[in-house]
Amino acid sequence: MDKRAVFRSWWLPTAFALPQLALIALFFYWPAVAVVRWAFTLEPPFGGAAEFVGLANFRDVFADPLYWNSVVVSLTFAFAGTLSTIFIGLVLALAVDRQLPGSGAVRFLYILPYAIAGPAAGMAFRFILSPERGLMASVNSAFPDFWNPAKYGSHALILVIVVFAWKWAGYTFIFLLAGLQSVPKSLTEAAAMDGSGPIRRAIDIQIPMLAPTLFFLLVTMMTEGFVGADTYGIVARTTDGGPNHSTEVMVYRIVEEAFRGLNYSGASAQSIVLIGLIMIFTFIQFRFIERRVHYK
Amino acid sequence: MADITIRAVRKSYGKTATLHGIDLAFASGEFVVILGPSGCGKSTLLRMIAGLEDITGGEIEINGRVVNTLEPRERGCAMVFQNYALYPHMTVADNIGYALKVAGVPKAERRTRIVETARIVGLGDYLERRPAALSGGQRQRVAMARAIIREPGVFLFDEPLSNLDATLRVTMRAEIRKLHQRLSATSVFVTHDQVEAMTLADKLVVMNKGHVEQVGQPLDIYHRPASTFVASFIGAPPMNLMDARIDASATLARHEHLAIPISSAMAAALAGRDVTLGIRPEECRVLPAGEGLPARVDFVEELGSGRIVHAAFGSRIFAAAIPLDIRVAPGDLIGLALPPAQLHVFDRETGRRLDVTHSAGRHEPVRQAAEAV
Repeated sequence: MDKRAVFRSWWLPTAFALPQLALIALFFYWPAVAVVRWAFTLEPPFGGAAEFVGLANFRDVFADPLYWNSVVVSLTFAFAGTLSTIFIGLVLALAVDRQLPGSGAVRFLYILPYAIAGPAAGMAFRFILSPERGLMASVNSAFPDFWNPAKYGSHALILVIVVFAWKWAGYTFIFLLAGLQSVPKSLTEAAAMDGSGPIRRAIDIQIPMLAPTLFFLLVTMMTEGFVGADTYGIVARTTDGGPNHSTEVMVYRIVEEAFRGLNYSGASAQSIVLIGLIMIFTFIQFRFIERRVHYK
Repeated sequence: MADITIRAVRKSYGKTATLHGIDLAFASGEFVVILGPSGCGKSTLLRMIAGLEDITGGEIEINGRVVNTLEPRERGCAMVFQNYALYPHMTVADNIGYALKVAGVPKAERRTRIVETARIVGLGDYLERRPAALSGGQRQRVAMARAIIREPGVFLFDEPLSNLDATLRVTMRAEIRKLHQRLSATSVFVTHDQVEAMTLADKLVVMNKGHVEQVGQPLDIYHRPASTFVASFIGAPPMNLMDARIDASATLARHEHLAIPISSAMAAALAGRDVTLGIRPEECRVLPAGEGLPARVDFVEELGSGRIVHAAFGSRIFAAAIPLDIRVAPGDLIGLALPPAQLHVFDRETGRRLDVTHSAGRHEPVRQAAEAV
């Protein structure tokens, strides 16, 4: 029997739910509805009557080569970011799972970056990987321009991906470590008896058993890479989308267009495309990858 | 084929010691059963042989080679785990062949050996299934096949039958025994089940609290338990034990108000000592009231093939196995006869067996007592 407290009146539960509902309406549904409305109208930058323009905003967006550039940058960022966070988190989790002396302290250290806000991490890395005085400066003095994110777009993109990976590896690490700890110890022991070394065991036994966790992280990290608040924050604080739009991910472009360019309508249209893209990705992941995940 | 020598092996986790200096030697091809209650360190010892557990002190030698620092794969042991530890994401064939795959055996040869091994354990038709689609007994067979295929010198079994139901356990027990006869690899089998231990073992090791209590052939251990622990751990129901003082002049052992006749040899050897007397329930004889030593029936257990009477004897409950033709009911007064030749004597302080050379007796036909459960 399930025990439930049942409210006798209708107004009391409503009153309890109201603050939450108000918050959701104010910060989620209202903006979402506004975005949809703006995407199909021409919204004047300083307020006033909006004009319905149908799909014109979308046509403008798709006609802009810089928009397509941001799609490619976003895809690169999300894929590279996701793969590197999962890979790093996995390696760290496998190492900590061996429970060698000191692994408790190390586990704490590995989770720590996740507690740091993306923009702050981006700021720090601007200095850490600055070509003139950071870690790479000595390499640069031997090989000029070996590393210069202010000059080369590819370097800048690597820089923001590094910051993203640095921060989010702690997050994937927590999940993967928890996943590894739920793999029965006797399985790895049996594999050890079967003659398999630590790396072989990880590949043959532990990683397949982690499939559900890996799938979950794939979906969440892809979404985070595409639309996460950190993605915007990292790009804004580290490279400002530059040099020459080479790190201009879709979220960054949307925020810049809306709040610096005051092109609310164009930004809204891009938001809708981005949401559509996320939906497609998630669908693909569930449709084609989840099937290969063994939950037992 | 490999022999195993264990010398002064100790294990501690931090400051708590779980094994206090184990010395054992297993001959090549022997079927050794390590028996003990949970927490006695038997699994730890097995895992130390396997290489899954560090050795705190002492040496383990397999085939003349000290293996203390060797990785599990270098020790030539195969292990069957209590929960089978099958790889859930692999088919039965892949499970069985994993060791060969790791060893780099070519695919075609691997397949032949997998099929051959699966046939030995009777899994031929299940090769493409996953473990989740198998019954408990089949999983057990996969686990054994996985061990067999490596043709190891040493088989290690960590309570492999404890997850099976009673009937299956008996079948698998027989299969393990047959398999051993066929492969004749040295086998070390850990269990807390005395029936498994008695039926499987060539050599039985009884452990308690991180010590070896007794090593020997199962029947020797049954008939001559080295300590009160072994006496009460082996045999079902366990041996009846009671404190007594030897009265040499009357050739009696006195327990509370009861006087138990003993042999003159025992009386002479242990005059005046405080001892613990033991007798197996199968050796107690139940007599009509008024004869023997008085006892009152507490309850009766029916076993089908016989029955066990639990009777208040002095201040303790004694178990006695009686044939079906004797009927007793709770509350009945009965007499108990404890044949002097069947009495076991233990030191009251140390619990160790005190051997008395009986002038007569002790050569009674060996009974299949352990199987009488």
